[in-house]
Amino acid sequence: MEFAYLAAGFGAALTVIGGAFGIGKLASSAMDASGRQPEAAGDIRTSMIIAAALIEGISLFALVICILLALKS
Amino acid sequence: MFKYIQADPVQTVQDTLAHAEKSSDSDWILHHILDSRYVDFEPFGSIPLPQIHLFGLDLSITKHVVFMWITALLLILVFSIVTKTYKKSLIPKGFSNLIELLVVFVRDDIARPTIGKGFEKFLPYLLTVFFFILTGNFLGLLPYSATVTSNISVTATLAALSFIVTQAGGIMKNGFWGYFKGLIPHGVPAFLLPVMFVVEVMGLFTRPFALAIRLFANMTAGHIVILALIGLIFILQTYFVAPVSIAFALFIYLLEILVALIQAYIFTMLSSLFIGMAVHQEH
Repeated sequence: MEFAYLAAGFGAALTVIGGAFGIGKLASSAMDASGRQPEAAGDIRTSMIIAAALIEGISLFALVICILLALKS
Repeated sequence: MFKYIQADPVQTVQDTLAHAEKSSDSDWILHHILDSRYVDFEPFGSIPLPQIHLFGLDLSITKHVVFMWITALLLILVFSIVTKTYKKSLIPKGFSNLIELLVVFVRDDIARPTIGKGFEKFLPYLLTVFFFILTGNFLGLLPYSATVTSNISVTATLAALSFIVTQAGGIMKNGFWGYFKGLIPHGVPAFLLPVMFVVEVMGLFTRPFALAIRLFANMTAGHIVILALIGLIFILQTYFVAPVSIAFALFIYLLEILVALIQAYIFTMLSSLFIGMAVHQEH
């Protein structure tokens, strides 16, 4: 029974859900804040990109584990 | 006659699976991502690289080593040309202007806000790391070249160097025992001290690990997506999927350029943040 491929698929899907949810919430707060104070839009954009890269880093940790699972079997 | 036919059904099924696994559709993706002992020089074939085994360690020259040398050579060339133009006048023109833009960006937006006082001592290391990762990431986007930073050994080495610089900076500023005492925040009740110490020391080690994995996974994932999209044309064996496939691959390629810049910035900024936290422990 080759469950490793199934586990890799499920793992990647759940990770993407978590990452997309987090970055979506982040982007929505950034839009709200930019709308409220347009002159701070540049700073907000920079912080948003940094936070998005960090959240993406976490989801890519899980992706690395899924790739290891899929390649080992 | 029948003793030469394999009668064991379990063994037959296993052999079929093993054969299918060996000749799978995704081997060529791995071939483009992983390190190899020869460099593809497409119209002329491949150049095999020397294998060097010293003291029981495998120190052979591989494709990623060659591309690291190309990156280093490129950086040495560019920066020696740029620093020569500063002898004539302090106001740069042309290409030196671009390099000064990036250097001033690292100094004013990454090093100074995060390290504060005494940031000049760490600036050479931060600039080196930033430009090496930037050049390595961009070189990997050219055709027929390999991404140096998509190799876990390279990113682990960069993260280990950041770790060494952080600890050395913290210990030289605060003294050996003072540094470890300063890891634990103020106002912690005495019975929690062992737990806090263990947690903080673990935190010291997980941060470089996260740095290495973040850079490695970002670079590898981008390349796998591009290769998989273009490989759809070959897997589905039809030309009609080509416009869609190439359009998506182009979009992901542009995203990859952005990710290359962002990952260089994030690695440098997090390294500088950790250096700042180690050197000025009272914050």
